[in-house]
Amino acid sequence: MRELTTSDMFWLLFAARWTIALTVVSILGGSLLGAIIMVLRVIPFPPAKAVAILYINLIQGTPALGQLFIVFFGFGVFGYDVSPWFAATLAFSLYSAAFLGEIWRGGVHAVPHAQWEASASLGLSTLQQLRYVIIPQAFRLSIPPTIGFWVHLVKNTSLASVIGFIELTRAGQIINAATFRPMTVYLTVAAAYFVICFVLTQLSARLEGSLRVAR
Amino acid sequence: MSLVEIENVHKSYGDIEVLRGVSLRIEEGEIVAIIGRSGSGKSTLLRCINGLEPIQSGTIRFDGQQVNSADTDLRKLRQKVGIVFQSFNLFPHLNAERNITLGLTVVKKMPPDEARTIARKVMTQVGLEDKLDAYPDMLSGGQQQRVAIARSLAMSPKLMLFDEITSALDPELIGEVLTVLAGLAEAGMTMMLVTHEMGFARNVAHRLVFMHEGEIWESGAARAVLDDPQTPELKSFLGSVLI
Repeated sequence: MRELTTSDMFWLLFAARWTIALTVVSILGGSLLGAIIMVLRVIPFPPAKAVAILYINLIQGTPALGQLFIVFFGFGVFGYDVSPWFAATLAFSLYSAAFLGEIWRGGVHAVPHAQWEASASLGLSTLQQLRYVIIPQAFRLSIPPTIGFWVHLVKNTSLASVIGFIELTRAGQIINAATFRPMTVYLTVAAAYFVICFVLTQLSARLEGSLRVAR
Repeated sequence: MSLVEIENVHKSYGDIEVLRGVSLRIEEGEIVAIIGRSGSGKSTLLRCINGLEPIQSGTIRFDGQQVNSADTDLRKLRQKVGIVFQSFNLFPHLNAERNITLGLTVVKKMPPDEARTIARKVMTQVGLEDKLDAYPDMLSGGQQQRVAIARSLAMSPKLMLFDEITSALDPELIGEVLTVLAGLAEAGMTMMLVTHEMGFARNVAHRLVFMHEGEIWESGAARAVLDDPQTPELKSFLGSVLI
């Protein structure tokens, strides 16, 4: 046991960069795959829809923690050793893709059917309709739930601590094990999460407001 | 060969048969008004012509090409068949010019400059050349509908379908839209219009089709049909609408 020092606190807060990095990379990976899931979900081609729905159900129906373990230890079973960072970003990207795909599908379906008819009548293909007519309108509708999911993801990245990835929560555990000052340490950890999430929700409100003006 | 050949078309929504063996031919340059009570199948018939609604049996040919065939490229066909809807259905995130040029640049792969020139031309045609930059929500219903007509015209269609295009408008805005239609008629555009504007149908349409319970009940020269209805159904329908 030792005293909690200022440098401990700095080290702790500095670990937030790994929480942020994990979140950002997972959002990017998840958005890419999520966009594909969304398209598969809305194009008039039943097999594509079935694949997307299966994926969404598998991911949404199992705990993120379990997915993290499966990815991390799964590579080991096949003889590949992967770093906690790689396993965590991959697992959270796959996880985000299902949720973002479903959120965006909801946005697409919220655009009136008449917009599909009007654009089809001009001779646009399904992908052209999505790109030029439907997605631009679905985009604004999807901002609040999308950022809501980001906030959820920021907090969920704490699960990566169990495979030994040192982010905010894991850093808290380490400092607390050495100093045994749980209240100070974990309240600081919580405050750091809160700040990150607060910034995101503010961003959401701003973005929505400016898009309302810009249409 | 007629421009539109509809032969014995049947269409159902589930158990409800909305078109029961409809046959109709439209010649190039002809203007046909379709009237009838709501639920008589008139809008459905119109929407079948550009393949927005699939049919269960019968054939629809446009310009010699079968619409209800898996081999038909509906995207190509739709470039030649304009449709204007009751609720305008402009793209709310695009200004009037972009609403019009979208089909030209994306579908017809036209250079943007050329597309803009066409947009200006068709907007002038509907009397809105000063509204190119306006977004749909800045326009009145009548103006939005005129932009929607311009959007269809820009694709230089061989046939224009109008689906109750004045029904969602305030009475004082109907005139400006009908004026645009009359201009198109004068220019020789082939048109099919589902309408409740009997006065307009009488003056502009060459032929009038009365639909009742999914069938063509009566048809003929517009004035003759309106002035001398043969069936009790048409008599009762005309009695119930204001002329």
